[in-house]
Amino acid sequence: MKRSSWTDYQKEIADNNYYYARSCIRQNFFPGSEKAFLNILSKDLGRDIYDDPLHTSCTGIGYHGDIVPLETIMTVVARQFALMSEAGYENFTSSCITSFGIYTELLATWEEFPETEERTRENLYKATGREFTKPKNLAHTSDVIFHHRKEIGQKAKRKLINTYTGEPLKVVEHIGCHYAKIFPKSGIGGSEFPYVLAGMVEEWGGEIVDYPERRHCCGFGFRNYLVQANRGYSIANSHRKLESMAPFKPDFIVTNCPGCSMFLDKWQYTIAEMEGTTFGQNGCGIPVLTYEEMAGLVLGYDPWELGMQMHQVDVEPLLDKMGVEYDPSAKYLGVNGKYIGKPKKAIVNSRSKETLYRIKR
Amino acid sequence: MGKYIEMLSEDVRFKEGLKACMNCGVCTAVCPAASFYNYDPRQLISIVQRGEDEDIEALLKSDTIWYCGECMSCRPRCPRGNTPGYIIQALRTLSQRLGLFVESEKGRQQLAIKRTIGDNILSTGYCLVPKHIKPAMHPEQGTVWEWIVEHDQDIYTKFTPSYCKVGAGALRKTSDETLAELERIFEVTGGKALFEAIEQHSERKAREMGYEGADEKYFMDVYTHNSNQHY
Repeated sequence: MKRSSWTDYQKEIADNNYYYARSCIRQNFFPGSEKAFLNILSKDLGRDIYDDPLHTSCTGIGYHGDIVPLETIMTVVARQFALMSEAGYENFTSSCITSFGIYTELLATWEEFPETEERTRENLYKATGREFTKPKNLAHTSDVIFHHRKEIGQKAKRKLINTYTGEPLKVVEHIGCHYAKIFPKSGIGGSEFPYVLAGMVEEWGGEIVDYPERRHCCGFGFRNYLVQANRGYSIANSHRKLESMAPFKPDFIVTNCPGCSMFLDKWQYTIAEMEGTTFGQNGCGIPVLTYEEMAGLVLGYDPWELGMQMHQVDVEPLLDKMGVEYDPSAKYLGVNGKYIGKPKKAIVNSRSKETLYRIKR
Repeated sequence: MGKYIEMLSEDVRFKEGLKACMNCGVCTAVCPAASFYNYDPRQLISIVQRGEDEDIEALLKSDTIWYCGECMSCRPRCPRGNTPGYIIQALRTLSQRLGLFVESEKGRQQLAIKRTIGDNILSTGYCLVPKHIKPAMHPEQGTVWEWIVEHDQDIYTKFTPSYCKVGAGALRKTSDETLAELERIFEVTGGKALFEAIEQHSERKAREMGYEGADEKYFMDVYTHNSNQHY
């Protein structure tokens, strides 16, 4: 299998007219990314995208936490599809990898076990009086950005270039397990040679870092994070990835899944507090970006308008490398420009030599 | 066919997940849970494939079925097209339906997931909302999260016009009509019945263990206690 084999895993991505389904995790931790995605699509690219006030969570975290039965999530998903049709759309785009995995899985299950689709139709009608049509096109929101990557590249105000050296920024990409491990054909590049984020990075001037644990889980593990007693699993798996990527000195990590973004960001904080280890250069953590933030920076958006102040690992070292002009003090302004104080200090942002991660050679 | 295999076979995930395992161990090699816990999906699939009621009942009562993180890394790698993660989902569903989950430390944690994520879904329309991710329960969320929770109105309203309000946009309040539809879906499809089963079996077990019921103390204990016997 060669690196170019990603081209075997292609899929059709609608060019316009999307019904948008939001992510529970993204709206909590990266609301600026969600806003940026909607703005990029509607304002920068002139596409039609509908944010429906009627849709809900797909309940995916509950499903993979095993408290939501299969029949229940099938019917919740069927309701989302019904809302899409009622709003006059056929192209469904989900902002969450867990949801995206569920949508692909349930569509395949209905195909393979038609009795489950029939029962879902009955359940939905009985519960809500609604009827659904399956989407003509299903894409993750990163697929949509990937689809428009060249157009975004043409409008770029900045490139993924280290302005100090003129070299491409070195980027670790993480697509998230449920993007392509459940149905490899549903993801660009499949699960072995993922290209959805790599394609954006290469198009916008950066360079992808390949490293041993590239395909390893971020460590979410659903119940292994949701229950405090189990969080050792979560941090240990994030640690394994971070330790594996550190020797390649990435300038930043970009992730497909909002959960992965959050874990790779927050566990760096926890690891630094617990054992003094940081994985980035100069004794700091490695900044973790969502692909919307990466696209937003390329298009010239202000980092604080993108919500990058909500990250635990400071992003300023990356902004400086990219040559992004920003107002450092505006980071801590709330709505209407009100100063709201700063977060407490954290070792992961300390640049202390004592916490420098020692790269094994 | 044993009674448990018969029950498991009613779950399409079991049918899809178990074809014929040749015990190669690739699933174990790539499994994040196997690298952390004393857990071996290859062995678990082997037990299920043999189909002995006694062995499967032991599994349904054990910690073993609760280690998997459902990342599904096993699925694309299996050379025979099995999905251990799907088999785990079917086993967990059956263990809860039969009330056997309360017989293990990790299984008892289902109450914590039901009372956090499950109750969030029905009360807010989302699996999680900022106000329910309390820094005291989530120290790993760090200093920036503490700052966000303290200044939630000032921060979130920069990014969404409808923070905690009905309307379109991130973190909007889900309307009562929508929540009623969600509740009805849970009633019709067995979601509410599963929530009730988790509560009832937890109540029974809590009393058996000397608690006054599945109260706040029991909840906090299942949420935080780790016997460290899992590695």
